[in-house]
Amino acid sequence: MQFSGGNRRRLRLGGDQRNACYPHSLQFYLEPPSENISLIEFESLAIDRVKLLKTVENLGVSHVKGTEQYQSKLEAEIRRLKFSFRVKNEYERRRRDHISHFILRLAYCQSEDLRRWFIQQEMDLLRFRFSILPKDKIQSFLKDSHLHFEAISYEERSLREHEIIASSTSSSASKSELELESVYKIPFADALDLFRGRKVYLEDGFAYVPLKDIVAIVLNEFRAKLSKALALTARSLPAVQSDERLQPLLNHLSHSYTGQDYSTQGNAGKISLDQIDSLSTKSFPPCMRQLHKALRENHHLRHGGRMQYGLFLKGIGLTLEQALQFWKQEFIRGKMDPDKFDKGYSYNIRHSFGKEGKRTDYTPFSCMKIILTNPPGQGDYHGCPFRHSDPELLKQKLQSYKISPDGISQILDLVKGTHYQVACQKYFEMTHNVDDCGFSLSHPNQFFFESQRILTGSKDIRKESIQPEAPQPKPSVQKNKDASSALASLNSSLEVDMEGLEDYFNE
Amino acid sequence: METFDPAELPELLKLYYRRLFPYAQYYRWLNYGGVTKNYFQHREFSFTLKDDIYIRYQSFNNQSDLEKEMQKMNPYKIDIGAVYSHRPNQHNTVKLGAFQAQEKELVFDIDMTDYDDVRRCCSSADICSKCWTLMTMAIRIIDRALKEDFGFKHRLWVYSGRRGVHCWVCDESVRKLSSAVRSGIVEYLSLVKDNTKNDKCGPWLEWEIMLQYCFPRLDINVSKGINHLLKSPFSVHPKTGRISVPIDVQKVDQFDPFTVPTISSICRELDTISTNEGKERNEAESDIKHRTRDYKKTSLAPYIKVFEQFLENLDKSRKGELLKKSDLQKDF
Repeated sequence: MQFSGGNRRRLRLGGDQRNACYPHSLQFYLEPPSENISLIEFESLAIDRVKLLKTVENLGVSHVKGTEQYQSKLEAEIRRLKFSFRVKNEYERRRRDHISHFILRLAYCQSEDLRRWFIQQEMDLLRFRFSILPKDKIQSFLKDSHLHFEAISYEERSLREHEIIASSTSSSASKSELELESVYKIPFADALDLFRGRKVYLEDGFAYVPLKDIVAIVLNEFRAKLSKALALTARSLPAVQSDERLQPLLNHLSHSYTGQDYSTQGNAGKISLDQIDSLSTKSFPPCMRQLHKALRENHHLRHGGRMQYGLFLKGIGLTLEQALQFWKQEFIRGKMDPDKFDKGYSYNIRHSFGKEGKRTDYTPFSCMKIILTNPPGQGDYHGCPFRHSDPELLKQKLQSYKISPDGISQILDLVKGTHYQVACQKYFEMTHNVDDCGFSLSHPNQFFFESQRILTGSKDIRKESIQPEAPQPKPSVQKNKDASSALASLNSSLEVDMEGLEDYFNE
Repeated sequence: METFDPAELPELLKLYYRRLFPYAQYYRWLNYGGVTKNYFQHREFSFTLKDDIYIRYQSFNNQSDLEKEMQKMNPYKIDIGAVYSHRPNQHNTVKLGAFQAQEKELVFDIDMTDYDDVRRCCSSADICSKCWTLMTMAIRIIDRALKEDFGFKHRLWVYSGRRGVHCWVCDESVRKLSSAVRSGIVEYLSLVKDNTKNDKCGPWLEWEIMLQYCFPRLDINVSKGINHLLKSPFSVHPKTGRISVPIDVQKVDQFDPFTVPTISSICRELDTISTNEGKERNEAESDIKHRTRDYKKTSLAPYIKVFEQFLENLDKSRKGELLKKSDLQKDF
């Protein structure tokens, strides 16, 4: 791919040529795209796809894949995310799908974990798309994807009809459907998942696979190809990363939070300090609840805890004055000298509100940031309890929060499967007595907001931000939400800004 | 049947390896027509010597090298391993991680002790003609599946020498199969679980009982590993003295493990023949020529014939493949 800075030059193809480029509504991503796009489009395509894959992940964890519920929810989510947002035609949608996939390869090839995650979500997405592909389009899709699965002739099929039906795992009701379906003859080694469980008819080294089972094989092929491709991509990555326009973007894509930034001052001043104790048990996510408790008990929090909790408090509406009062009161209870607080800690708090130094108004940490960076050590209370707590301790904590044993075991299962945010959603559901929390958790302030919504029954308008989260750039271009600020915002990630602050204060 | 005394092994093995072991056929097998360069040279063998000394990563340059070494070391047991990326006997000189097992026959090991829960006549290492029926059934069931379901053509069944059988599937494509596919094949062939539930009832009860008793029991660990070492055909069983001989699958019902020759019996046969023939041997004649005549005169002969038939089929297949390949090229 070539990148032209800021200049949008798109290939304009005529109708037939466009269809030839993308003859199917889904693809195996065998060929990388070869046009010019702007950096803006590069970035927005990437972010859109990350959002999509995260949705796929979330649904895949909270629903059984392939069920009616899963399928309809995924379809709805894809439309809601408007992955084809502002797209007028099918060609455009397929083009964006194509390009965004390849961009994400660059970001997600970098570690085993990232690769595994990427492959899993892309597979689930492909499975879904394949499942809604009309039957008559399947054969041509397979052919174009260079999958050498030949459908056998009617005569060959009728010779073996009995065996094929007997080997299939469908119920007797759908067995009659089998009689009308195509059957594919493929080398047995290519149908491992089917023949190992004796789910397919084998003859002379070939598996006779009915259409409905061909998906498993297609997915295996896809996984194998993508896995290889990612390994290759990783090897060429240094060349790509040397392009300074791309490097920060790619590095942060996999960690990027792509939702609301909760730094808007819209709800400032709505919380009073004496509400915090009760709010902490009712509406705080466990990470903040434990930080608050530790602060109250020890009259102190270390740097990591102050950052995570302090910014959260700002996000729920504490003003700078309130924050200063809050922290000072607590620290003094711990026999801290008020002067020492003013000299050491208050600067920190004012800095995080954007009133000192660079004057960057820091945004509260997202779940991803809390889970992935700065793990807590001995004497720390920050981090994500679902990620960082010992499971036994987590269990005890949940018991002390009066979560039912059934709920606790569900949560622990999710934690075991590394679905930390879904575990937190489960905690939300248990503490608020709802079956479905109704949102996909990605930010502690989102937890608070949703909790308050239920508890107070209010319908505050949520400020939907299309731009990705970022600390707002320097005051001189503060209100400028155009293309260049979007780019700058992604370039200067939260981590980079935080480094300045951490250097200033050492533990 | 003459008794076998393990104490005699060193002497017996010396004679066996000098006069009876079918090196030519053995090499013909493992060389696979010399189609792939260094296929034989990269094959791992392991030897168990006297006093249980076990040495791995043995490899040989050619048939005569193999002969010399076997005669020198006089192994009690010989195992065959995988074909590696480098000569196994030089594996220490290879860069870490570069020495990899690449190909091997697909092998199965059916052991009578796995049937202990359903046989009352014998247990553990013992076998009798009654429970050997279970083995016959297993061979027929597995062989049919390998041939008809998987399309495997070159299957060598070998008596292990005591209480089981091995199967070596030697098709070219099969030797390249991954560990995952090998596991999958064993899973496909496995039906019996190790449970002893007796509370089944219903219309399928009879079938259930039959399956529970008779269906083959496979050890997945033997089959799935590409680098797994398995007892070699024509190896001697150190406890029973019996030779691991090929089984003619066409006549599997007539195979009787108790009539398989022991090393002491065939050595005795050899002695008898030599004495009868008198001292007519021409000293100039090579050992090899003798050997080709020698085993033919012992009870080993019919088993080597089975082996040779197997090798013929391999050769035929290979020629067929080469012809196909050259045809394709010419067409182009």
